[in-house]
This record gives sequence, C-alpha cells and structure tokens, in this order.
Amino acid sequence: MANLIITPLRDFKIPVTAECLSPDFVAGKSLRDIELTEVWEGNRRVKLGSLFRVYGETGSAPGDCTIRISGNVDAVRRIGFEMTEGSIQVEGNAGMYLGERMRGGSIVVAGNAESWLGTQMRNGQIEVKGNVGDSVGGSVRGGTKGMRGGTITIHGDCGTEVGAWMRNGTIRIKGNCDLYAGLHMKNGTILVEGNSAGRVGAHMTKGKVIVLGRMEGVLPSFQFEEIRSNAKAGDEKIPGPFYVFSGDVNEDGEGKLFARVSDNPDLKWNERFLER
Amino acid sequence: MAEFLIRNGYVFDPLNGIEGEKLDISVRDGWIVEKVSRTARVLDASGKVVMPGGVDIHSHIAGSKANCARMMRPEDHSKDPEPKTRYARSGVGHTIPSVFTTGYRYARMGYTTVFEPATPPLKTRHTHEELNDIPIIDKGCFPLFGNNWFVMEYVRQGRIEELAAYVAWMLEATKGYAIKIVNPGGIEAWRWGGNVRGLDDRVPNFDVTPREIVRALCQVNSLLNLPHAVHIHPNCLAEPGNYQTTIDTMESVRDIPIRGHPIMHVTHVQFTGRKGWSWPDVRSGAPEIADYVNTHDHVTIDPGQLIFTNVTWMTADGPAMFALFKLTKTKWFNADVESETGAGVVAATYKKSNYVNAIQWGIALELALLVKNPWKIFLTTDHPNGGPFTAYPRVISWLVSKDARKKLLDKINKTAKRRLDLPGIDREYTLYEIATITRAATAKSLGLGFKGHLGVGADADIAIYDIDPPEVDPAKEYKAVRKAFARAAFTIKDGRIVVKNGEVVRAVRGRTFWTRPQVPEETMKTVIKQLESKFDDYYTVRFANYPIEEQYLSASRVIATSEGA
Repeated sequence: MANLIITPLRDFKIPVTAECLSPDFVAGKSLRDIELTEVWEGNRRVKLGSLFRVYGETGSAPGDCTIRISGNVDAVRRIGFEMTEGSIQVEGNAGMYLGERMRGGSIVVAGNAESWLGTQMRNGQIEVKGNVGDSVGGSVRGGTKGMRGGTITIHGDCGTEVGAWMRNGTIRIKGNCDLYAGLHMKNGTILVEGNSAGRVGAHMTKGKVIVLGRMEGVLPSFQFEEIRSNAKAGDEKIPGPFYVFSGDVNEDGEGKLFARVSDNPDLKWNERFLER
Repeated sequence: MAEFLIRNGYVFDPLNGIEGEKLDISVRDGWIVEKVSRTARVLDASGKVVMPGGVDIHSHIAGSKANCARMMRPEDHSKDPEPKTRYARSGVGHTIPSVFTTGYRYARMGYTTVFEPATPPLKTRHTHEELNDIPIIDKGCFPLFGNNWFVMEYVRQGRIEELAAYVAWMLEATKGYAIKIVNPGGIEAWRWGGNVRGLDDRVPNFDVTPREIVRALCQVNSLLNLPHAVHIHPNCLAEPGNYQTTIDTMESVRDIPIRGHPIMHVTHVQFTGRKGWSWPDVRSGAPEIADYVNTHDHVTIDPGQLIFTNVTWMTADGPAMFALFKLTKTKWFNADVESETGAGVVAATYKKSNYVNAIQWGIALELALLVKNPWKIFLTTDHPNGGPFTAYPRVISWLVSKDARKKLLDKINKTAKRRLDLPGIDREYTLYEIATITRAATAKSLGLGFKGHLGVGADADIAIYDIDPPEVDPAKEYKAVRKAFARAAFTIKDGRIVVKNGEVVRAVRGRTFWTRPQVPEETMKTVIKQLESKFDDYYTVRFANYPIEEQYLSASRVIATSEGA
C-alpha cells in the first residue's frame, strides 16, 4: 500500500472543490503532477500545491493508493468524487459532498463530516466517527436518484433527510437523527440506533427504516401492521420487538418503518388494532 | 464601425441560390455590402463553410414557464456549470440554461436569431425581461391566443374584423411577433378538468370548436398580413393516434386564401404525429403527414426532434402535461393564467430502450427526411421538450448521414426499429439543405427579409464553420460535421465577431422583434371600448397597466406588416 499524505497549509475560509483528492486520480501520478493539479478555491482556479502539502508516495493502481488527509478539511468539498478503489483517511473533519458518486473503496473520517455525505454513491464504504450534516446518502437538490449501494456508518448524530431518494444500500447511524429520515426512499435500509426526530419515511415507496430509540410520532400516511419480534438489517438480526408500519400510503408505497416497542410507549395505542 | 472582408469561404446561401461557391463577403457597419475599402480587415475563411447566422423558429428560452422549470429542476443545473470567462458571465445548463448561457450557447453554434414560441400575454413582461438579458442573439416571442376568452367570444359571434383588431392590439401591447395557438379550446376545458378530443369538440362555456378558433385566427393572420404564419400546436398532443387531428388541423384552413407565404406553421409534429390506438401500439404517422405537406403549400412544419437524454417538457398545454406526468411520475408544475391560457412543466428522460421514445425519435427523423422540400420543414428540437437546443449538431449529423442514423438505430428498442420506416430511407441532406432548414427557410417563414441570407443589405449575421466541402464528405465524416456545427469557427453578429473557435469573445446586445399590425381606426376604437369594459371583469390588471411600453424592451425593432407580404 502506498500512502499519500496531504496536509492543508492553512485554514480555508472559502470552499475548495477538490475532486482530484481520490485514489483514481492520484494513481500513477508523480507528486509534482498532483501539486500542479488545478482546483477551485471559491471562484478561482488554483494549484493544489498552493493549498496543501503533498508528500509520501502514490501507487500505480487506484487499489494500491491510500490518501491520508491530516488536518481539518471542513471546507474541502468532493473528496473521493467518483472513486472506484483504494482508500481515503481523513484525520480531521471533512467537507461537503464527501464520497459523491463513489463506486467502490473506502473512506474513513476521524472527525465530523458536512452535509451530502455519500450523495448518489453506488458502492463502497464510508465511515464517520463523528457527526454528519444533512442528506446523508441522498440525491442532489431536486434530483431523484439517491444512494444506490454500499454502506455508510456514522458513529455520531446526523441531520435531516438521511437517505433521501435512496435506492439501495445500507445507512447505519449509531447516534440520533433529525427529521425526515428515509424521505422519498425507494429501497434499501436505514438503521438508526438512537432517536429519530420524526416524520420518518415521508413519501417512501419501498425499503425500511429501523429506529431502535424513540421515534417522534409516525406520519398519518402510514398504516400499523403488526408487532414483530425482530428486524433484519442486511444479514444482521436486530432483536425487538418492533411496531411495524407500512406506507407511505400517499405514494402507494410498501415501505416499512420499525419502531422498537420498549422505547416507544407513545405508539402503544396502535396495539388496539391487533385485537381485531 | 469596422469593415470586414470574409475571403475565400465556401458560401452556402440558399435564399440567393448560392451553393458552396467560393465567394468573398463584404461587411460594413453591421450590414452586408457590395464592396469594402482596401483597409478592411480580412478574415480568411479558406477551407471553411460560410453560412448566414442561424435562425431558430421554436425554442422555449424565456418566460415564466422556463423560469418555473429552472426553479423546479436544480438537478438539471448541477452537472452542467459554465464558468465565467473574460467575456462571458458564468451560468448553468442543461435543458433550461440560465439566461446569459442561453445566448452564449446559441452563438457558439452560429445561431443569431431565436424565437420564444409561447408566452402568455399577461406574463410577456417577464418574457421580455429575460429576452432583454439574453446576450448576442436577436429574439422575439409569440403570444398565445388559442384559449383567450376575448378571442373565443369574438369567434362565437363571428366578428372577425373585431377579432383582428383585438389581435393587433394584443400584439402591440405585448410586443409580440406572431399568433401562437396551443391546444385550441383544450386549455379552457382543462380549467374544468377536461380536454377537447378533437377539432369538433365543443369548448365548455364558450360554444365554439377548436376548428372555429383555428380558422378565425388564420383569417385574422391573413387579414392583418402578419409576417409569420399562425404558429400552431394542435389538439391531442402526445396521445396515440393523434396524427389524424394534425392533418385535420392543416386541412381545416386549406381554403383560406394565402398571401405569398404559408398560412399555418404546425410545430413539433413529432408529438402530434402518432398512429395507433394505445401506447404499446404507437406507430409513426410521419409518412401520412409528410405526404400531406408535400402536396399542400399552405403549411410548413417542424419536427421537434427527440434526443435520448434528460429533458424538461414545458408547454401551455396543461392537460397534456398532466397526462404525461401521470405516465412519468416525476415532477409536475401547472399554472392557469387568468383568462388567457395555462401552462405545464414536467421533468422527463428519453430512453433508447423505451418503445414509445424510440418511435418518437423515428417520427421526427422520418418527417425531416420524407418532406421533400426543405423550405417546408425547419430544424428544431422544440427545446427543451424534445431535447436541448445544444443537440442541433447531433440532429444535423443524423440528417446528413445514413451511417449516423444507422449507428443509433442499432441501439434503440428493437420493436420500434422494426416498425419504423426510417431504416429504409436513404435520403441524406446536403449542406445546402442544412443551411435551408436551419436559417434560410426559417427566416423566410418569419418574414425577416434581412435575416437568413448573405445578399447585399442583409444583417451581417454570419456563421463560419470548420468544414472543408471538397475534402469532407458529410455522409461519411458526420462526426466532423457535428463537431463543426457545435463550435462555430466564427460567429459574426451585426458585423462584430462574437465567437471565435467556439468560444465567446464578445457579448453584444441583440434586438427584440415585434409587429405593429394596421387595422382600421374605427374598428380599433370599438374594440378598445369593449376591452375597457370587460377588462375589469376578467383581469387582475387594469387596462391601462396592461400594455408593455416600447421603452421596456432594451433594444427593439418593429417589423412593419407590409414587410411580410
């Protein structure tokens, strides 16, 4: 494995768009070539070398490349854009659109990440040790194609619209999530181990959202189905029991919401539908 | 101003009958002249094709519905940013480019005149605000008349002279250029949740038929002697089996005497030229329509070529948009413009594997190839309904080369390929014919005598493309042709070089064309009196505030109606 180490030379006050920070781009290039790559800083084109110190070595194929970004790069967008192989390690915080349209490989962030993490990703793994912003695994604004595969694991909390327009793949959130998890979801699995702020699965047509903590209310367009003893997230069996809802009826959907019985006394009233 | 001499280019100027001759073109003060002085700047065009600047007759580039589509489709912009350059502002594409980008992209393809074909009269102030800002190209817009309450009332009462005065007043008030009809009567029916089924269906509450509306407005067009024909989008758009309605619409005005130019232009026929009873059994109605157009002189058509890509459907035809939204289930916008018209916008994607899409693609190409006279058919993609206007070079490559068509035919839906006549059509357009359908014929149809040709006195709007006619065989090297038409070597607008090697080097300001038809003063007075009394009932706008002042247009030119004759 060849390690390429990239250190920001200063704090970026305006956003930097650096699609080139991906194993596919750096593979087979000399350090000099990488330094001379043009990136956008705000509305100016600048050389990557004027923003970052680049050292270490690059592999000949993307699969051999590991990019280590040491330092905070909150303002750097599109790291790992369309990457297919190899890995990226961010030792601080990462910026928006991390792993956008990613097709393979892995990204690990030690700190937090901004919004639009793993937008439209197709495969690969993203792991964030801290918190994340909005629209994890989502689509671009107005778009109707979200994440199509791969896994995203978030150890902290995340913002609104997790897995919006998601078509496949798995998102696992160990913390809490904000409103509208699984908005417009088409398929795939979202597992929220903490609490959810509600309005889960609005407009979903298929797929499932599992909330192990408290779910702040279920939308009226969801039907209560049954109580199930456990839920499945991928190959993993999660012990319940769970209240299971299906919807969104407005969209003629067959999506499923799972809310753990023990944490959701508010939803207990649904049980009266079981007696009949 | 500068003098120019464009030397040694192969000139294609169909209006003057020049086909690929090596000629010098002289330009002075924005016009083409006989001769220039010896100090004139020389532009070497040897080994290149020189054509008049392109004229697009139908492209939804401005107005409230284009803007609604921009708001509705941010995802359309995200993949196609256009960075700022020294001469051009930044912007975004793709199917609904931002205002400035629209102008730059047209200029890069060598187009210099573009018409926005459907603007609700009440919202035309907005349309002009956008048109004012579109750089480089000259433009104009066609206000909608087909579902206007005043129009339908005059038609019911059979008061054609007063209708003519109303249309004249409206064209001047909105600074419009021609009469546009969209689904006559159908949008009024859509207010009640319905649509009209054909030319003889009654419009609710008005007791008129689409046939009467179309006929009356064509008579008005003839009476006012407007420069362009009536621009019509027929009933039953996008329904299987609608080719008969299209032919009936053309047939319905056959007896109206024509004054030198066709009385009707049927637009984006690809959407209204379908045979069959249901979606799985849609066939091409192109042979029948082409046959009609070939044998009649009172109509012209444009195909509205489909491109396999993301598109945005936008039209005033609200009911058709709702029907299509139910099929695509993407995003839908609907609007109702007081007593005038409606609008719909839907996001969509055309796929090669989709049977209906593949048939649509075939219908448009069959039309273009089966209509024998290139003066009767114009190149459009009905931007952004059939595809973005930036796809014109691709359409040109399909027209000039059978190989290019065959290559795509092998990739489309197999059933569609089997059911289309297209594989058996051998016709290939020449560059002369391409020049006809993209500039000469459109300029002639619009009645713009100073556009679309390179004769003395014409506007110095010139496009120079990097094709060497003796060396390049368009049928074989269609890729080179496509590349050349996508990036003009030079585009000259009003005698100034605006594009060099496909990049904008100067952003000049274009003009807006509009008409001021003449009607007898007596009739106009009566009509204005009627309008004043009814305006308070029908509109949220006061009568005096309705007309757009001439000063509102940053640069405009009135096309007197006599010029069109």
